[in-house]
Amino acid sequence: MDKMTQLLKLLENTDTIELNEFRMDFEELELNIMPAIQQVVQTAQRQAQQAEIVREAILAEEFKPPIYNYPGEVAEVQLGAGTRKPVFLGGQKALYRFEEPQPNPPVVTFDVFDIPMPGLPRPIREHFEDVMEHPGDWAKKAVKDFGANMVTIHLIGTGPKVMDKTPQQAAAAIEEVLQAVDVPIVIGGSGNPEKDPEVLEKAAEVAEGERCLIASANKDMDWERIGNAAKKYGHNILSWTQLDMNNQRELNRKLLKVVEMPRDRIVMDPTTAALGYGLDYAYTNMERIRLAALGGDDELNFPMSSGTTNAWGAREAWMKESPMPEDSEWGTRDFRGPLWEIYTGLPLALAGVNLFMMMHPLSVRVLKETTQALLGMIEGEKVDISNWIKEV
Amino acid sequence: MKVQSPLEVYNYLPGTNCKECGEETCMAFASKLIDRSKSLDLCKEILDDSYKEEYEKLKEMLSPEIKEIIIGIGDKAVHVGGEDVLYRHQLTFYNQPPFAYDVTDVMDEKEITERVNFVSNYKKFYVGSFLRLDMIAIRSVSDDPKKFAECVKKVKDLTELPLILMSFNPDVLEAGLEVVKDKRPLVYAANEDNWQKVAELIDKYKVPVVLFSPDLDKLASLAKTFVEMGMNELILDPGTYPSGKQLMSTFERFIKLRRSAIKDGNKDVAFPIIGIPAIASLVSKGKDELEQAISESILTILETIKYGDLLVFHNIAPYVILPAIHLRFNIYTDPRSPVRVEPGLFEMGTPDENSPLFLTTNFALTYFTVKSDLESNNINSYLLVVDSDGICVEASVAGGQLNPGKIKEAIEATKAKEKIKHNTLVLPGLAARLSGSTEDETGMKVLVGPTDSGRIAKWMEDHWQTKA
Ligand code: B12
Ligand code: SF4
Repeated sequence: MDKMTQLLKLLENTDTIELNEFRMDFEELELNIMPAIQQVVQTAQRQAQQAEIVREAILAEEFKPPIYNYPGEVAEVQLGAGTRKPVFLGGQKALYRFEEPQPNPPVVTFDVFDIPMPGLPRPIREHFEDVMEHPGDWAKKAVKDFGANMVTIHLIGTGPKVMDKTPQQAAAAIEEVLQAVDVPIVIGGSGNPEKDPEVLEKAAEVAEGERCLIASANKDMDWERIGNAAKKYGHNILSWTQLDMNNQRELNRKLLKVVEMPRDRIVMDPTTAALGYGLDYAYTNMERIRLAALGGDDELNFPMSSGTTNAWGAREAWMKESPMPEDSEWGTRDFRGPLWEIYTGLPLALAGVNLFMMMHPLSVRVLKETTQALLGMIEGEKVDISNWIKEV
Repeated sequence: MKVQSPLEVYNYLPGTNCKECGEETCMAFASKLIDRSKSLDLCKEILDDSYKEEYEKLKEMLSPEIKEIIIGIGDKAVHVGGEDVLYRHQLTFYNQPPFAYDVTDVMDEKEITERVNFVSNYKKFYVGSFLRLDMIAIRSVSDDPKKFAECVKKVKDLTELPLILMSFNPDVLEAGLEVVKDKRPLVYAANEDNWQKVAELIDKYKVPVVLFSPDLDKLASLAKTFVEMGMNELILDPGTYPSGKQLMSTFERFIKLRRSAIKDGNKDVAFPIIGIPAIASLVSKGKDELEQAISESILTILETIKYGDLLVFHNIAPYVILPAIHLRFNIYTDPRSPVRVEPGLFEMGTPDENSPLFLTTNFALTYFTVKSDLESNNINSYLLVVDSDGICVEASVAGGQLNPGKIKEAIEATKAKEKIKHNTLVLPGLAARLSGSTEDETGMKVLVGPTDSGRIAKWMEDHWQTKA
């Protein structure tokens, strides 16, 4: 054994060591301090100090909450006017409530379709089976039974490959919904880039003065025509891009400069990818957008919307069981679906989303309750956790 | 990490460009240290005695803002904390919060065994590997040292997973520690009342410890006191509350602690934070199954995203665990590079010259989804994985990373044509618009498959079986 190892051995077996003595040794020997020895030295020092301090009172140390000022703020957008009860989005001047009161809690808009949608997952169908033939009844149920703040009427039936309904037929569905409920509405196209401009233009016209949200203008369709229609008939416009902050900025700029849309009538959809299928991209994109807005970027400082319903596209949400034999049980699908929607929506609420497009009544309730609780709007049941270890 | 530029780091490196670290220059190594893709000990020169001062300096410069703590021993040990940023896009988050599941010293043997085995064996396949659970938390409900020690012994015999010993009673903790003192468990917890006794235990057993107080002044004071006593393997519990205004304050305490540590440089609280979603059951106990699942899930989401570094759960229903482990994985994925796999030609099952040749991209999520669909449906085939820079099918078609030129290159590089007789390539449905140009470019017959690889089996019945 060389000297070093001998010393190490010695130290290993010694629990307490006189610090002074050790220091002497150490200087005399001029050792290469190997990490192991270092550790022992530290331990020894620690023990020497400890004996005195442990008996003393805790050091008082005031914790200063980290509160910051932000140069920018999010625009406040009013949804609903005319025969609608208005709802407000945005208006945030800070990231967190403890820095500055947050003016408007997140809002949920319930998905309603102009056709019966045979493809909807069962856990959702079972809540709406009786009303799917009539968008008006569907909307009414969403508001009355499930507390929707708003309703989205998706004009899926106008899609050339779906039912190729005419803009007039679409207009009838919108009128039906407007009659049935007095909450603000979102009007969505079928996503077909050729047909949407025409359909949404007509829709904007029949809903004139109701201050709806027209969904949406995106870069690969005639955004100018859709934007102009929204502006002319007194609506808000949804500016939709795919997971790219720079594209979002560019489209917003076009809506501001070319369409000359007023600042308080733009909402953004930076795209929602489901948990497990790109939520990381969606989350970070939105978080960056919100930080940019508060940092003073006036091309990104609009409220954000999330198509949270996308969560239902994830296999884990709808498949009966895992296709992988090695996987542990996934558990009942009836619970997985709504949880997947909550797990997609709530993280995005933390990233800054103001408007959620959702589908399952339970997910809607949880999202609303939780975001309102985080803003201090719900008293809630108080518990004492000082003895939680025994009580859980 | 305090340093931002590689130059600051470079100044302390030997500067010999000896390449031992695997980098061409010391400067290149410096930038790898900054983005934490390499560790300092790879430079052999700097370990030399003559660089002792520089080494110490660098160690300090490069240490993460939030202390990193190891719990457990061996390859199941977990790393807790070690974070450097408040938002993942600023760099990345590093150590996924370990998930611990509880058992108690009043559960019967059967229940303990079932729970521990379930947690130890749990797995879910996702982008190329299995997501798993990490720890067992043992709660003392009896408050009886003997009972607790027996329970710890049982668990220890059942699993290699790292343990958390939970009680506010130092005698109980000590009884547990005696059983697993060589396993480096985490002790939970020191609070305002018991801290002196717990500190003695920590000093005696040299294990990491949780400090508990929902009052941030007191929590910071406790931390400072422990550090002063020479104990710095600390984890902070600012208290988890399940609902209403208490929930709001819980969320805010987590944020305040982490912000204060990282942005304001408050060293007193630069420690990992533990979250206890299990506490949800204090309010949801009597409610129905789904309500229980939801209340614990809400805490899980908030604490996974905002700064929980270690989480303790009570609910082990599979549908509760499933989304939680995906959220954790997503949030802790390195945003600087997509999760990708090596491109190439892969055999699914036992293909022959009549088997189909499928094409997909090298985004890990895409590759593993397609692979598992082919394998679980027993479809013997070749899978050609094209380098799309790690982008999924639809986005890489839209963005141009998947194109006929790349497809041709991949076919040539892998000699895929030689494996098959039918000269046919099957594209994903979402790449349909590349079919014409791919035929022209490769001289192969191109078929367009379904948009979801889960439907390939059905597609085969209509489009392949008849053909072969
Ligand atoms: C996450 C995501 C991103 C991430 C990509 C991350 C990554 N590493 O891939 C990022 C943020 C980088 C991104 C960027 C873009 N995206 Co993107 N993105 C998505 C999103 C949300 C999810 C995609 C995903 O992960 N799917 C899961 C994987 C597993 O799917 P997959 O690869 O397609 O594989 C499936 C099928 O193709 C099939 N399959 C696969 N292989 C094979 C093989 C055979 C033989 C068969 C039969 C089947 C098959 O089965 C698989 C399982 O179902 C989708 C929207 C959505 N929800 O689908 C948009 C989407 C794909 N993106 C879109 C666009 C337009 C873009 C951008 C061009 C936008 C932009 N910002 O400019 C860029 C392009 C970037 C680039 N190429 O450089 C559009 C594509 C529209 C189109 N059809 O052209 C989508 C559909 C969004 C939308 N609705 O507009 N995107
Ligand atoms: S091993 Fe050290 S000295 Fe050699 S090149 Fe790398 S950093 Fe420079």
